[in-house]
Amino acid sequence: MVNELKEGWDVNQMAQKVALDIPDGSYVNLGIGIPEKVAAFVPEGREFIYHTENGLLGMGPVPAKGQEDPELINAGKKAVTAIPGACYFHHADSFTMIRGKHIDVCVLGALQVAENGDLANWSTGEPGAIPAVGGAMDLVAGVKTIYVITKHITKTGEAKIVKNCSYPLTGKAVVNRIYTDLAILDVTEKGLKVIELAPGLSFEYLQSVTEAHIFQ
Amino acid sequence: MINKIVTNVEEAVQDIFDGATIMISGFGEAGSPIELIHALIDQGAKDLTIVSNNTGSGEVGLAALIAHKRVKKMICSFPRTANSTVFPELYKKGEIELELVPQGTLAERIRAGGAGIPAFFTPTSVGTPLAEGKETRVFDEITYVMENAIKADFALVKALKADRYGNLVYNKTARNFGPIMCTAAKTAIVQAEQIVELGDIDPECVVTPGIFVKRVVKITNPAQESKLVAENRRYPW
Repeated sequence: MVNELKEGWDVNQMAQKVALDIPDGSYVNLGIGIPEKVAAFVPEGREFIYHTENGLLGMGPVPAKGQEDPELINAGKKAVTAIPGACYFHHADSFTMIRGKHIDVCVLGALQVAENGDLANWSTGEPGAIPAVGGAMDLVAGVKTIYVITKHITKTGEAKIVKNCSYPLTGKAVVNRIYTDLAILDVTEKGLKVIELAPGLSFEYLQSVTEAHIFQ
Repeated sequence: MINKIVTNVEEAVQDIFDGATIMISGFGEAGSPIELIHALIDQGAKDLTIVSNNTGSGEVGLAALIAHKRVKKMICSFPRTANSTVFPELYKKGEIELELVPQGTLAERIRAGGAGIPAFFTPTSVGTPLAEGKETRVFDEITYVMENAIKADFALVKALKADRYGNLVYNKTARNFGPIMCTAAKTAIVQAEQIVELGDIDPECVVTPGIFVKRVVKITNPAQESKLVAENRRYPW
């Protein structure tokens, strides 16, 4: 066990790595929070169309102050804009896009990801907590490629990349690739393959802070 | 002559009965028919089952209906939202039931209810606690869970424009659950900002065909929920 905590990538660098992996022309759904940062790093020459599950394809950036419209919001209920060429639709159509495998990429946060691609990101299962799921289970069941962006370990030092999720699942074997502050990992049939390590980090160090088995 | 326009919100909600299942449009405050909900509070119906994506915020609109103990059960995907305190408090005290449904499954259960489909199979929630106890089937080596349609006695829906046939157009992301809720309720009651003449809505652009709508009431300047919450307003005023 290595005690020294290495720095790794910051959130913007993580978001940039995700953006680099999304092909030109993709229809993309970004989860609430850190995943939203991906939109700031679209590589030159690529065009993505953003889907928000509350009924908008062609979501644009946050409006200027004073220009917010309470009836033009994203899935996090924050004011957004619509780009030229955008369209609105009702919820059943929106989830037809999701469940029907029409959305190419979804980027989500995680509480835990298991080595087989199981994702837990909606509930810690605490007794007395108000359960709330939103569209997370639909997204992981329907979107063609699921990217997770997350800190490698929790604030209290617990592993988030685990053998088996202890929290209630969002979906079974649904994650394709994990972007953390320490590494990029692919979910493969043999387990988690390290695609890239943050600068200055050794494979041994990464394994020491990863509960799941990883390989190079 | 067909004329679905009624003169006021009181008339629009007068026949809602105790124990009714009511779908309420909206995603957060966008598309929430706040004037119809307030009329329902005044009208007094209780023991209601409410189907809505969220549980309202502050103590206006849907949250006020819940605060007045009119709601027996909520069917929704996301009962916690910013400024949402009424539902969590009652839920923790065991005074309100919750059926938690993934958002896309909620939408499809409503769509199915309106389309005469009693149940369907979906990949959403397979292998999670929300699929426990439900029938599953394998199609082409993929496991799906069976979900039942939801139908309602009433729907309360917010639209932008309506004509006397009940044809509707919505505003941006305030459309959300409105169109499917109109189809799945025996009596869909709509508040619209504008009432227009027949033919003013291009037939190519009608979003909800009037056949799905029973009543329309004009609310020219609907209240903005987040503003009322910021002002600490409570309904009844």
